[in-house]
Amino acid sequence: MENLVQEAIQNVNMQAIMPSLVLCVFGMVLLMVSVFSKRGNTTHVAWLSIAALVITGFVTLSGWNNPQGGFADSVLFDNFATFFSMICIIAAGLTILMSDDYLKREGSPVGEYYPLILFTTAGAMWMASGTDLMTIFLGLEVLSISLYVLAGFFRDQTRSNEAGLKYFFLGAFSTGFLLYGVALLYGVTGTTKIQGIAAYVQANPDSAMNTMFIAGGLLLLVGFLFKIAAAPFHMWTPDVYQGAPTPITAFMSAGPKAAAFAALMRVTIVGLDGLQSELTSLFWVLAVLTMTVGNFIALSQKDLKRMLAYSSISHAGYAMVGLVAWNAVGLSAILFYMLVYTFMNMGAFAVLVLIGKKGEDNLTLDGVAGLGYKKPILGIALTIFLFSLMGLPPTAGFTAKFYIFAGAIKAGYIWLAVLGVLNSAVSLYYYLRIMVQMYFKDPEEDFAWVKINVPTAISIAISVVGVLYLGIVPGAVMNLAKLAGF
Amino acid sequence: MADYLLSIMTFFPLLGILVLLFIPRDNGGLLKGFTLAVSLITFAISLPLAFDNVFTTSGGMHYREFYEWINIGNFFQMNYNLGVDGISLWLVMLTTFITPITILSTWNAVDKNVKGFMAMLLLLETGMLGAFISLDLFLFYIFWELMLIPMYFLIGIWGGKNRIYAAVKFFIYTAVGSLLMLVAIIFVYYFAVQSGVPMNGFGIEELYKLDLPYNAQFWLFLAFGFSFAIKVPMFPLHTWLPDAHTEAPTAGSVILAAVLLKMGTYGYIRFAMPMFPEALPTFIPFLAFLSVVGIIYGSLVAMMQDDIKKLVAYSSVAHLGFVMLGIFALNMQGFAGGMIQMINHGISTGALFLIVGFLYERRHTRLITEFGGVATKMPIFATIFMIITFSSIGLPGTNGFVGEFLALMGAFHSSLRWYAVFATSGVILAAIYMLWVYQRVMFGKVTNPENEKLKDLSLREIVIMLPLLLFVFWIGIYPNTFFSKMNPAMEQMLEHMGQGKVAVVEMHQPTDAGSHAPVKKHGHN
Repeated sequence: MENLVQEAIQNVNMQAIMPSLVLCVFGMVLLMVSVFSKRGNTTHVAWLSIAALVITGFVTLSGWNNPQGGFADSVLFDNFATFFSMICIIAAGLTILMSDDYLKREGSPVGEYYPLILFTTAGAMWMASGTDLMTIFLGLEVLSISLYVLAGFFRDQTRSNEAGLKYFFLGAFSTGFLLYGVALLYGVTGTTKIQGIAAYVQANPDSAMNTMFIAGGLLLLVGFLFKIAAAPFHMWTPDVYQGAPTPITAFMSAGPKAAAFAALMRVTIVGLDGLQSELTSLFWVLAVLTMTVGNFIALSQKDLKRMLAYSSISHAGYAMVGLVAWNAVGLSAILFYMLVYTFMNMGAFAVLVLIGKKGEDNLTLDGVAGLGYKKPILGIALTIFLFSLMGLPPTAGFTAKFYIFAGAIKAGYIWLAVLGVLNSAVSLYYYLRIMVQMYFKDPEEDFAWVKINVPTAISIAISVVGVLYLGIVPGAVMNLAKLAGF
Repeated sequence: MADYLLSIMTFFPLLGILVLLFIPRDNGGLLKGFTLAVSLITFAISLPLAFDNVFTTSGGMHYREFYEWINIGNFFQMNYNLGVDGISLWLVMLTTFITPITILSTWNAVDKNVKGFMAMLLLLETGMLGAFISLDLFLFYIFWELMLIPMYFLIGIWGGKNRIYAAVKFFIYTAVGSLLMLVAIIFVYYFAVQSGVPMNGFGIEELYKLDLPYNAQFWLFLAFGFSFAIKVPMFPLHTWLPDAHTEAPTAGSVILAAVLLKMGTYGYIRFAMPMFPEALPTFIPFLAFLSVVGIIYGSLVAMMQDDIKKLVAYSSVAHLGFVMLGIFALNMQGFAGGMIQMINHGISTGALFLIVGFLYERRHTRLITEFGGVATKMPIFATIFMIITFSSIGLPGTNGFVGEFLALMGAFHSSLRWYAVFATSGVILAAIYMLWVYQRVMFGKVTNPENEKLKDLSLREIVIMLPLLLFVFWIGIYPNTFFSKMNPAMEQMLEHMGQGKVAVVEMHQPTDAGSHAPVKKHGHN
């Protein structure tokens, strides 16, 4: 009896969950702070959240090269988890920076907004560090429920309501799938631990023929692919991205997506390693489908948020190429790609946040005509982000794509790389359309309503620096991604 | 300074942009003057290269700079690896030489958003110079793509009526080719690493030594060649060029014709051909065929144009055909002809675009029928236009003759004999369309009253043209200045390509490399 208790106590390793713990505590404190704040005044909550994120960032980084596991092997905060957690922290930080003024403009400055972002980030961390399907599920739920609320945050706007509801219904279904998959896998393998599943696959090479195992595995994948917004589970993305508050859209496209990638990677690479050949052919198809669907539908979009939504689908496709490669280069490339994507996509959204009018009806292609002349600095920033999204040097989008395709080519997937770059070529057209409007068309509006506020400007500046730094001297961070890979 | 000359030269324009940003945007004169100064200083920085005699004795890379740039252990490694040899030397010089001229040409033509325009020109110069001197494929690719961005904006913002269509077409055409090349670059790198060749980043000198199986060479040559063929442009991938040229502002057209198109031919010489020599014989008949089609087709279409600028654009397609044919001859004459024709085309077509620009600035039209009898009103202009016309046709005594003659001669003495025979018709066609347009624009009586008020060239415009005229005659009369520095590098390159199964024409070993023009070296089949 005494031994059992002792073992349980030894198994508790607070260090393994310390970053998320810090975030949760801060989140709860800030909830109280916002309750006692004057209505409509949320600026201090925003800055306190930034402080919380900075502190969490340091706590997270202190675990670099010092993997901490615990709780009966259900959590492992290793370099991999650290890297993805940092991506989510950066994404959350950029989101909060661009949110304060935005919320005031749209008329819903409610303090709960910021703690919800912190909870989402904590959930993302559990997804990245979970080594037990239950932990991952727990993280996914914390992340999703906070996001459902955030997506529908403007309760008096129909579009935001639609986004929240749609995300909630579809998300609930996908979580159901995921949970059912976990149950089936448990039925077959007798465990929910990723290592345990790996051991089962090792011991039963014919598990690829076991219907229940396959069904469980596929349902599990559906849950992750939904969060990643991979085709054919991408249908929710455009409506939700368009309807949600723009900073939240930016956040969803970066942080939670990275977390879902982290969980997907750990489950497949560690747990289902024995099924590599089956899974890679599946991912091959999904990757090509995802980028093609995303890019081709984006071609015909007029609404910028919708266009970036489809573009984010296609970028999930590029990142999945690393999963197909299934080698060290490809897998660490996913880490690097998600970081780069965070900077370039959130930067682009931050510019949209600034140039939107209340209600954001002007965020269309025609709406940015002449932006480059009326607001030259914003124009240059958006141009840099768009070139990065295209994957053109000397921006980070290029080095990230290079890294990903290097993995695929090293593993021998030449045609996948060719399809990938041809997809990039398609994507040039719709990104160029935005630039055509910005620079080649005469301004129809004076953009007088654009008031550049400091926090949003900071988030744009951080993104520009990130995109250029990771584009010109990417070596250091690429090496970190290498160390964080499997 | 010699140790860092290439870096300083390449990034000086970029430095200029940083200063440019702080000049008030409404002070157009200062912006132009400053940019001109930056480009002139860049030219001055590059001048020691032209006077360095090391190129006459050694065909290797000089002015090397090497730093480790990205090193991800066993994943991949890229280096900042620069160098210049006799092949890139004159292209570098052409770039630094033509940029100040284009800037001077914009003096009155550009008044909308001058700051942006000047920044784009300088960014373009950095991109072009970097691409010519990169010895690391990855670095080359960065500069190669970097050129795309300023050109896109130059056409799209300051271009003509259909500028948006032209700019997007230019961008997507070129980018599609480069993206496929990117896959090939990564593939060849990993192939080299896995086959155990000691690699030095993506260094091309190591890649030259690679012994790839034929099958791989075939596909890689296809990917590289496709990308470069778009840039050259070779028939039938040329359709972006007339649009881009017609819509681009004069300065954009000049740079596009003078330097950017050379990227394609340079790419063949530096990358596609020496890296995949075994695939080369498979492709040569095909590429030579397309070159000849380009020559004849380009000339015929040029003949039928009623827009002078379009005419010059199509003539580019034809001229670049000669360059490609000469290079594919794989002998000293053809190679030298192709190389010098690259410079010639830069000078004479650049000059032609400037001439069209002069007319357009005065009349705001480029239709041939709008003109006639201009010679009586603009005698200095008429003389200069005449000389450039001769140069473009390839009249003896001008630079065009040297290049076209050698290129055709080389092709004739190689396996491409019959191609050369057909290509020669292009010389005649060139004479027809150039002289015909000259006649229609310049001679006769002034029929259009609008032309009565035409003013002759201003001093600034004459100053722009004089250096170009100087080189028209210099290369035409004493090309040795240029050949002597190219020869060792070309010999080395041909020798290298001969290591494959290429039927390289037997060459007499040069006794004192550089003192003879290649005309005097006899190559035979």
